[in-house]
Amino acid sequence: MKSTLLNMVLSLGVITIVAAALLAGVYSVTKEPIAAAQLAKQVDAVSAVVPAFDNDPVAEAVEITPEGEDVALKVFPARKDGSLVGAAVESYSSAGFSGDIRVIYGFDADGTVTGYAVMSHAETPGLGAKMDEWFRSSEGKRSVIGLNPSVSRPAVSKDGGEVDAITAATITSRAFLDALVRASDVYKQLAAQNTL
Amino acid sequence: MNSKLRILYNGIVAENPTFVLMLGMCPTLGTTGSAMTGMSMGLATMGVLICSNVVISLIKNLVPAKVRIPAYIVVIATFVSVLQLVMEAYLPALNAMLGIFIPLIVVNCILLGRAEAFASRNGVFASCLDGIGIGIGFTLALTVLGAVRELLGTGRIFGAEIYPEAYGSLIFVLAPGAFIALGLLIALFTKIRESKANA
Repeated sequence: MKSTLLNMVLSLGVITIVAAALLAGVYSVTKEPIAAAQLAKQVDAVSAVVPAFDNDPVAEAVEITPEGEDVALKVFPARKDGSLVGAAVESYSSAGFSGDIRVIYGFDADGTVTGYAVMSHAETPGLGAKMDEWFRSSEGKRSVIGLNPSVSRPAVSKDGGEVDAITAATITSRAFLDALVRASDVYKQLAAQNTL
Repeated sequence: MNSKLRILYNGIVAENPTFVLMLGMCPTLGTTGSAMTGMSMGLATMGVLICSNVVISLIKNLVPAKVRIPAYIVVIATFVSVLQLVMEAYLPALNAMLGIFIPLIVVNCILLGRAEAFASRNGVFASCLDGIGIGIGFTLALTVLGAVRELLGTGRIFGAEIYPEAYGSLIFVLAPGAFIALGLLIALFTKIRESKANA
């Protein structure tokens, strides 16, 4: 077709309007399922890491910014029969090998680690990416579950600590523990203030 | 071979987008760490390609020549956005795995290439077949490449263990292994095609 200003403007205009209408339709249809999927991911992770509870930790979540930092962490309190049995803390570390890692850690009322779930990371497949499973393994001194970071700071064995780092991924392991300490500090601070 | 079958054969073998045309190398290298992710990426691209080919073939006589490229890109981008919203809503795990490569389908040269080279010159049915053929060719290539890398890197195919992971060589899961495996597969594919052509 021969191009004139009028038919160029008209045809592109019509195509973009139809495209926008289609996208608006799909957006409104998928909006709720997308929100539900994101919430489900958070709920699954929280309930996997904390002791048994009967409240709604996601609805009661509080945000708190650690001292001297500017990114807020989300804390999900877990209650049973009205009393606090622990909490899940969504923490992060920028000390990883590539990009931020985001992990949800679970603590019981004393601050002992009860579990963790890796939410997102960009560590090397086959090396740092093993943190999904590594720190809950019963082999050697890999597991962080049962440690209490508010009593003694966890560190990898290379730094004089008691946790075995992931083979060939010491940087990722340090970042994982960095995020754990950050989560623990925030939880301890909230528990001390009795604000959970 | 009739003309319909020839279009399919063309997409899968004669003009295989990965092994012959060598288009769309970015997702080819980036998403083939395992057979499953490679296949998912191939299927996602195929879905968009079929839709965009059909629509572009329908509007080809209504679009002035000078603005055809932006018009085609709008069509492709719309289908990619629809795909991404649907995946986020109903397949969040798969969406997280493919990450940035889903929105990047917009700039995949296979789509615009087929729009220009085929859909804008052929009927709706033939364009749909071309989308299916090229889509299958791309999906097969990504699945095979993903399977080879997963097998050599972790000892598994589609997550099923073939030999213990400790004997795998990690490099095949990482970026350098993608180039090595792709190069070897292209050489193998070319060899087979040539020996068939000479036979």
